[in-house]
Amino acid sequence: MNYVLLAEQFFNGFQLGIILFLVAAGLTLIFGIMDLVNLAHGTLYMFGAFFASTFVALTDSMVLGMIIAIPAMLAAGILLEVTILRTLYERNHLDQVLATFGMILFFNELFLIAWGPEGTGINLPPYLTGMVTLPGGIAVPEYRMVIIASGLLIALFLYLLVSKTRIGMLIRAGASNREMVGALGINIKLLFTLVFGLGAVLAGFAGLIITPITQAESGMGESVLILAFVVIVIGGIGSIKGAFIAAMLTGIIDTMGRSFIDVALLQIMDTVAAETAGPAISSMMIYILMAVILAIKPSGLFPPKGA
Amino acid sequence: MNLQKLKTPLGIYNTILVLLCILMPVIAPIIGQEFYTDVFARIMIVTIAAISLNLIMGYGGMISFGHAVFVGIGGYAVGILASHGIESAYIQWPVGILMSGFFALIIGAISLRTRGVYFIMITLAFAQMIYFLSVSIEKYGSDDGLTIDARSDFGVSFFDLNDEMTMYYTTFVLMCGCLYVSYRMINSRFGRVVRAAKSNDERMHTIGYPTFGYKLTAFVIAGMMCGLSGLLSANFEDFISPDMMFWTFSGELIFMVVLGGMSTIMGPLGGAMIFLFLSEVLSNITNSWHLIFGPFLILVVLFARGGVEGFLAKFEKRNG
Repeated sequence: MNYVLLAEQFFNGFQLGIILFLVAAGLTLIFGIMDLVNLAHGTLYMFGAFFASTFVALTDSMVLGMIIAIPAMLAAGILLEVTILRTLYERNHLDQVLATFGMILFFNELFLIAWGPEGTGINLPPYLTGMVTLPGGIAVPEYRMVIIASGLLIALFLYLLVSKTRIGMLIRAGASNREMVGALGINIKLLFTLVFGLGAVLAGFAGLIITPITQAESGMGESVLILAFVVIVIGGIGSIKGAFIAAMLTGIIDTMGRSFIDVALLQIMDTVAAETAGPAISSMMIYILMAVILAIKPSGLFPPKGA
Repeated sequence: MNLQKLKTPLGIYNTILVLLCILMPVIAPIIGQEFYTDVFARIMIVTIAAISLNLIMGYGGMISFGHAVFVGIGGYAVGILASHGIESAYIQWPVGILMSGFFALIIGAISLRTRGVYFIMITLAFAQMIYFLSVSIEKYGSDDGLTIDARSDFGVSFFDLNDEMTMYYTTFVLMCGCLYVSYRMINSRFGRVVRAAKSNDERMHTIGYPTFGYKLTAFVIAGMMCGLSGLLSANFEDFISPDMMFWTFSGELIFMVVLGGMSTIMGPLGGAMIFLFLSEVLSNITNSWHLIFGPFLILVVLFARGGVEGFLAKFEKRNG
């Protein structure tokens, strides 16, 4: 086994974990506080990718375009919350699932018409296309380091926001007892809108930061959404800490599985069998992980208190 | 069933639904739109899946967002056996139904340990797992799918599924059978326990019912029924692909059940018919029919919660 390769794949997995965390953090906050199952969270991720691509093309600068995209994400999130999602808070989960499913269909189609099936993208500026060589000869693309660093910064920011500020206190209070927070005279409507906006920005940021590597295309949100579901189910719904740990676990296991399962299988079976079983097993790994964790702890690794 | 009931708007509506299914092979050539026979065959196949979802979602409160996976398993059982030259219906059909039941047992046993939103997400995740599994297996076509050379062989000359009319009316009879099974199940002692567990699981548990076992049994029965839908679909289309268990189809199934009227016996038929008919018409008008369909779905959820059956039942009460 080649340890340099192993380390490089570890970084790839770490980066996937960061993206998953950004999406899952918003999803878990929105569910924990508003009790809303938001399938359209992947759509917000897609918004981020397309907004950023558009602004980058307009401003001709990746950094500037991405910075403009963030307030645009906030605005889009708040607009959706005020127009449609707000009316869903009082509804049951089934209604929420269906209505947000309708939103997915609508926006995927809209973006497909606007940008076509190939979608659009962002070209990395020359100063970010190089490689960083870490000690031990491990080469990681510079941009991957940017993703990992910015994701970790946001995780830190989120931690400080939730645990040290007044708004964070309200968020935590809202997660444990919504009615009581409202009864104590807090403007719960505004709080909900802000939390949704925050979730939209987090998911949008994940979408915009990944676009230079992948692409911005219609339907990109759903594969991430489903992985984010796995993440918050493993982590415990409503827990940001759980989302972080589960996202890293999921990202790393998924990436490592895809790279090394066939190699590992070759040790115990012949080439043909390994080539058939390899992709099958690696695509199922994280779901098996989820099943095992649920079998042991049905409400995830870090279940919310009082639930 | 008393005849008086048939004269209410709800009764008339349900009668029309069934008559349309019976008569479509006759009506379609008359109005010169022969492909409507195919559309209706599909409607009936999907209805079976919707009935099975209604059993657990409408009556059992288990919102499975991965129900399409059992359609896929039923379909793949037929496809995989056929690709190995096993075309006998007496092997294909039991295997398809039992495999769906087996997967439902495993998925249900894990998922039912959780509740509420966890259940929604876990069923979705498991369905995606099987979806990706089917995509990754190149031997059975990966994402291109698999063409099935011959339909299930019943070994008798007077009953040949390759004959389109036989296929159509077999589907019809099986759909009616599933409607009957769901009717009988819901009104049985077993069904009452499942329904009571939906309204208050803890209470049922306290008075001594092992609700987990009841719910799991319902889940497995629903899985098997859905497998039947899948093997009919594989036979009818002569084709299977991972698409038949993609998560959007699970979402569409939920929508059909809600649109027709959740927790009603005939709701799934009406829901599937309206849904598939509408998507057929809309997709003929424009390729981007999701643009209309998405908002329609949101409007139904926001303003028409009981679905068609609920609306007609309310209408009856007001005038009755």
